[in-house]
Amino acid sequence: MNTEGTLAGRREETEALAHGLGWFSIALGVTELVAPHALARWLGMPGSAPVLQAYGVREIATGAGILASDDPTGWVWGRVGGDALDLATLASGLNNDNPQKENIAIALGSVLAVTLLDLACASALSSRNEQWRAARTRAQHAYGRRSGFKYPPEQMRGAARDFKIPHDMRTPELLQPLKR
Amino acid sequence: MKALCWHGSKDIRCDEIPDPRIEHPRDAIVKVTSCAICGSDLHLYDGYMPGMENGDVMGHEFMGEVVEIGSACKGTLKVGDRVVVPFTIFCGECEQCRRGNYSVCEHTNRNKKVADKMFGHSTAGLFGYTHLTGGYAGGQAEYVRVPYADKTHIKVPQNGLSDEQVLFLGDIFPTGWQAAVQCDIQPTDTVAIWGCGPVGQMTIRSTILLGARQVIAIDNVPERLAMAKAGGATTIDFENESVVERLNELTHGKGPEKCIDAVGMEAHATATLDSIYDKVKQTVMLETDRPHVLREMMYVCRPAGTLSVPGVYGGLLDKIPFGAAMNKGLTIRMGQTHVNRWTDDLLHRIQEGQIDPSFVVTHRVSLADGPGMYKTFRDKEDGCVKVVLKPGQTQAARA
Repeated sequence: MNTEGTLAGRREETEALAHGLGWFSIALGVTELVAPHALARWLGMPGSAPVLQAYGVREIATGAGILASDDPTGWVWGRVGGDALDLATLASGLNNDNPQKENIAIALGSVLAVTLLDLACASALSSRNEQWRAARTRAQHAYGRRSGFKYPPEQMRGAARDFKIPHDMRTPELLQPLKR
Repeated sequence: MKALCWHGSKDIRCDEIPDPRIEHPRDAIVKVTSCAICGSDLHLYDGYMPGMENGDVMGHEFMGEVVEIGSACKGTLKVGDRVVVPFTIFCGECEQCRRGNYSVCEHTNRNKKVADKMFGHSTAGLFGYTHLTGGYAGGQAEYVRVPYADKTHIKVPQNGLSDEQVLFLGDIFPTGWQAAVQCDIQPTDTVAIWGCGPVGQMTIRSTILLGARQVIAIDNVPERLAMAKAGGATTIDFENESVVERLNELTHGKGPEKCIDAVGMEAHATATLDSIYDKVKQTVMLETDRPHVLREMMYVCRPAGTLSVPGVYGGLLDKIPFGAAMNKGLTIRMGQTHVNRWTDDLLHRIQEGQIDPSFVVTHRVSLADGPGMYKTFRDKEDGCVKVVLKPGQTQAARA
């Protein structure tokens, strides 16, 4: 069975998802940063504009981290933490005095859906890293015996001293080690 | 035929494309039996080398069977010959070729004018390595047209040696060998080698064979360090220790006499100021290469020492401590490999059993699995050190 192909396929899907979440994070962050008052009004939480702006900065930083990083696992877990903060903030607006309660419910539902995606992505990335670590340990043991030489390296040291270094690659005599 | 084609940064596909045909009397068509992904292919994969075009066939490390020859190849090649193809295409006639400087052949780059603009003067044509070096189709394919084939080949015996024992004569073995030869290693020398990828591994073996007293290999990938140690190197994991301090410790404070950069333009230094600086500048396109290794070598090398650079660089480098290099009187030798200058000798050493370069192969896959393996190799996943592609094969295997 071509396990390499299957694993590679799954890995690419997970990384594509992480990438998508990175761009989503940046888009949401920019919206929060440039239109915090409109968003706050829509949520019925007029005093929360500065908080939304701060969350916008967080979203942009997380998104950039995901997109720029070779291993976005930590950044995606960071998004999960951010989701929890968003949910808590939104929940505080879910009271009977809020005329926009329905909008809060919509926002909560959306954030919950994204949280599930973030969680799935972060877990998949973490388990991929586990697999890598295991493969790395196996490889470390196996490659420790691959010298490529006929005999141990100590015996092979200097086996090619018969090779004549071409004139254009020789070290000038003045720079060679002193003969004792 | 099937071939691995470049379609943009991080986008390699196994495409169906027309078979190559003889275009010139000096051409030959080779049916590829084995080919490899080279570390320098990753610079194209990552989009750091300019001059690639949509649909270009990748690959410059390959071998196979001659299935057709042009009229000018008669006498030097025949149908059925088993050949390894060097990645540098050379004419064998120009002034540089006659000196043995095949990688700067004056005739084989058919896009000479572009290369002249980029580099001042053109270098040789290369297989599957941008239109700056001729735009020749590469060897990660079922068939390849080999230009100047009457010269550009290494004949290998039909029997007795496996593909994997001789395949690397086309690139990484002579590259590691030239890197070591350029250092003119003396029995008292300490040689420090940055990078334990495939070229680094070949360089380690070459420096041991050439008799260096102490070989020190630097990387941060545990399995690659394990392979380096198996080849006789003392290792430094730059993730856990200071390279400069450790090198000075191992040389009684004097620094290594010879330093070899087997990394090139995409150095991954961890949390050093200069590496962050490079990453930012490269992202905003103010720098093409990340030369952390060059800086470190110039700094730590013993005065009057030698730097050898087989690692590939592409363009403009920033913050190079040239003052250190100049004041310490360092000799710097570099360049693409003059492959055929070394291959007779190296083939002899393989036949003698002195070295078996197949030790470096960790993954064998079909051509169709090639695109995924680029990523596996780039990210050093699954213990990947060297990938061999078998165009005639459908099954993947791990070494």
